[in-house]
Amino acid sequence: MNLTLKIWRQANANDKGKMVDYKISDISPDMSFLEMLDVLNNELIEKGEQPVAFDHDCREGICGSCSLYINGEAHGPDRGVTTCQLHMRMFKDGDTITIEPFRATAFPVIKDLIVDRTSFDRIQHAGGFISVNTSGNTIDANAIPVNKHNADDAFSAATCIGCGACVASCKNSSAMLFVGAKVSQFALLPQGQVEATDRVLNMVKQMDEEGFGNCTNTGACEVECPKGISLENIARMNREYLKASLKG
Amino acid sequence: MALDSKIPKGPIKDKWTDYKNHIDLVNPANKRNIDVIVVGTGLAGGSAAATLAELGYNVKAFCFQDSPRRAHSIAAQGGINAAKNYQGDGDSTYRLFYDTVKGGDYRSREANVYRLAEVSANIIDQCVAQGVPFAREYGGLLDNRSFGGVLVSRTFYAAGQTGQQLLLGAYSAMNRQIGRGKIKMYNRHEMLDVVKVDGKARGIITRNLITGEIERHSAHAVVLGTGGYGNVFFLSTNAMGSNVTAAWKAHKRGAYFANPCYTQIHPTCIPVSGDHQSKLTLMSESLRNDGRIWVPKKMEDVEAIRNKTLKPKDIAEEDRDYYLERRYPAFGNLVPRDVASRAAKERCDAGYGVNATGEAVFLDFASAIIRYGKEQATVRHLDVNDAALVKKLGQEVVKNKYGNLFQMYEKIVDQDPYNTPMMIYPAVHYTMGGIWVDYNLMTTVPGLYAIGEANFSDHGANRLGASALMQGLADGYFVLPYTIGDYLSNDIRTGPISTDTREFEDAEAEVRKNIDHLINNNGTHSVDYFHKRLGKIMWNKCGMARNAEDLKSAISEISQLRAEFWKDVRVPGTENEFNEELAKAGRVADFLELGELFAKDALQREESAGGHFREEYQTPEGEAMRRKEFQYVSAWEYKGEPKDAILHKEELAYENIEVKERSYK
Repeated sequence: MNLTLKIWRQANANDKGKMVDYKISDISPDMSFLEMLDVLNNELIEKGEQPVAFDHDCREGICGSCSLYINGEAHGPDRGVTTCQLHMRMFKDGDTITIEPFRATAFPVIKDLIVDRTSFDRIQHAGGFISVNTSGNTIDANAIPVNKHNADDAFSAATCIGCGACVASCKNSSAMLFVGAKVSQFALLPQGQVEATDRVLNMVKQMDEEGFGNCTNTGACEVECPKGISLENIARMNREYLKASLKG
Repeated sequence: MALDSKIPKGPIKDKWTDYKNHIDLVNPANKRNIDVIVVGTGLAGGSAAATLAELGYNVKAFCFQDSPRRAHSIAAQGGINAAKNYQGDGDSTYRLFYDTVKGGDYRSREANVYRLAEVSANIIDQCVAQGVPFAREYGGLLDNRSFGGVLVSRTFYAAGQTGQQLLLGAYSAMNRQIGRGKIKMYNRHEMLDVVKVDGKARGIITRNLITGEIERHSAHAVVLGTGGYGNVFFLSTNAMGSNVTAAWKAHKRGAYFANPCYTQIHPTCIPVSGDHQSKLTLMSESLRNDGRIWVPKKMEDVEAIRNKTLKPKDIAEEDRDYYLERRYPAFGNLVPRDVASRAAKERCDAGYGVNATGEAVFLDFASAIIRYGKEQATVRHLDVNDAALVKKLGQEVVKNKYGNLFQMYEKIVDQDPYNTPMMIYPAVHYTMGGIWVDYNLMTTVPGLYAIGEANFSDHGANRLGASALMQGLADGYFVLPYTIGDYLSNDIRTGPISTDTREFEDAEAEVRKNIDHLINNNGTHSVDYFHKRLGKIMWNKCGMARNAEDLKSAISEISQLRAEFWKDVRVPGTENEFNEELAKAGRVADFLELGELFAKDALQREESAGGHFREEYQTPEGEAMRRKEFQYVSAWEYKGEPKDAILHKEELAYENIEVKERSYK
């Protein structure tokens, strides 16, 4: 395949940045999207130009490093996959592909397509844990039975990879799906009940301080989420938040 | 220096308890005056950082990723072993110990493995208390499954994302301590050297990957939880950033490197599709609980499949060679990884590979789908003879168990594994070798520790499935926090370690010199160009089967390639900015040294053991042939070029297990 790429280039956080066009040829449909960018970068390096910077690591859809806003969609046109699992067979010979970083106030650009998502970490520092010491002197694991349905829902919420596609897809740059997933994981488990009140209040407060917007129920986050995290998690967080607020 | 493994005296089942009862402790007020650096935030580093901070030490944690949650432990799929015996199927601490030593082909250290088995049950308790959502049965209790090389069900799991869930557990424990100010977290920082003061590890030099700034960090002890070196093969199931640099720099500063040639080639990975490929994807071993591995018996069927004139499901049952079930009836498809990988290679080398390159075998779920479908139909009082219904019900069960893996396969290969068998082939996955450590997990440099995959101690020559997660968390949560205290008890009067000393200056100057060279080299080829060439040498000559002639030529080829790299590599941009090529160049430079030591170690070890298979040493049936005279750990001391490395031997004694021929028949 021969393609035209329009890629956001920005030298650093203070640079203004612009879209730059590149032509690329002989792309195999079996390549992943990031392997296609590897080919481009190799050409740029051997020509003495700066390669395009993008975040990536595991390349199997689990670490949450890769991002990219491709043709106006977080992680590109396929569903239920991250950019590293997107394959070039989703595109046609002659296509023009636009590649931008995940954009949000709380995700400032570091370079080219790389953004700073440490705001997600800070939300978790505020309450994304159960305060149990790691001494191993806890009760036997099977002394805490968990209803299978709740355990499965907690697991589904916990499969969030923290990539930020939900924020990038939301017109308000809201992080409610991300935070909702974490709050839900603990809210659904008996171990999480003790600190439920403080957890939801603290995490939501930090989320607001980081500059994420509010949720207006458009549901774009759920559509673009590579892990299929459900909107139910936002509803559950709102219920938890209301409950916690009433408790004061 | 003679190697002292510092194994405590006494019967094996009492060693760890006695040891804990007699070590020196640091009182809580003094812990506040002691700093510990932890490099790497995977299961080992993350759990260690959280636990040390919780004990009261001041922890500085480092990772090259943008968040500690992205360390490559996140990608572990199938599960974690623990001797809980919840299934009542005869499991025990001894049995887990026995399976691990046998699985490692009698090349691991008994005392370390026993301790690992002993603390394994605590890991599950700990993780459940932290809110890790393991798979459960309808009664609300934890579910288990089986992994290769064992006859019990002791593997706990969270669908195909067990590593993710355990790492998020450790990350949440870290978050709690970061929030309390007890861990200072340095994301996007790469460790580029260890600093020794008066012979002890007292700090590290790092590069901030965003700004390029070179920084000095001091502490009373340094812990490396920096993972394995599988990426020396270029293509592996490791993450793109996984590297040997921290471990290799430690080696250059005096830490012996043990058994570098012990590499795990995992049998069930998606085959290579072309030259563009940047990494390989694992299909969890848990799939071998239900999937059956086969190739056609007849060569004409192989050819027809390659030409796409015949579909695999149209090959009659009697024309299929379920070669693992045929060769190893006792363990069948659940033989250990080294055995399964070599068996796949044997069939493909004989010409029975089922894809265009001849390097793939089938992993088939058709019979599992029917078996589960019939079971469901019976439970729901439906017609067990309705083939379409049975298939549908069976597919639902398989989807619940392995859905994310099947989806991953379909996205990569563009085939539906519910209706046609998967094609798989072995790929580099894990490295059992690593930095030599004693019973305390301390390297040969005082105050420098290595935990998790970065050390060598627990898996011998072959790691069993679901044991990597167990070891990472055991080291970080339950072993290191005790052993490091014994060492740090001598440091309560030391006070803060200054970074304004000659030792830090020299280490920083050396790091800067290296970076300057790479940036100003103006060669003609990218870093990947050299990395791919290194990977080809490693795979072809140090891969699943090795021989003296190939290993000798690998040594000279790698040494030449290293010279070429330093002369001709091209790194664009500057050192004072985000520059991934510069980071990669430093990592590949270290792989080019490690690769040669790897081949040298493989050449020296004139036997076959676990993942190390020397063609010269095999039984008439083609099984690995261990040799008594090699019952030792090879620990290499750095002396400049890899060819000059000096071998030290730690003899391995087996007092609680009889060393036998390892048989899975």
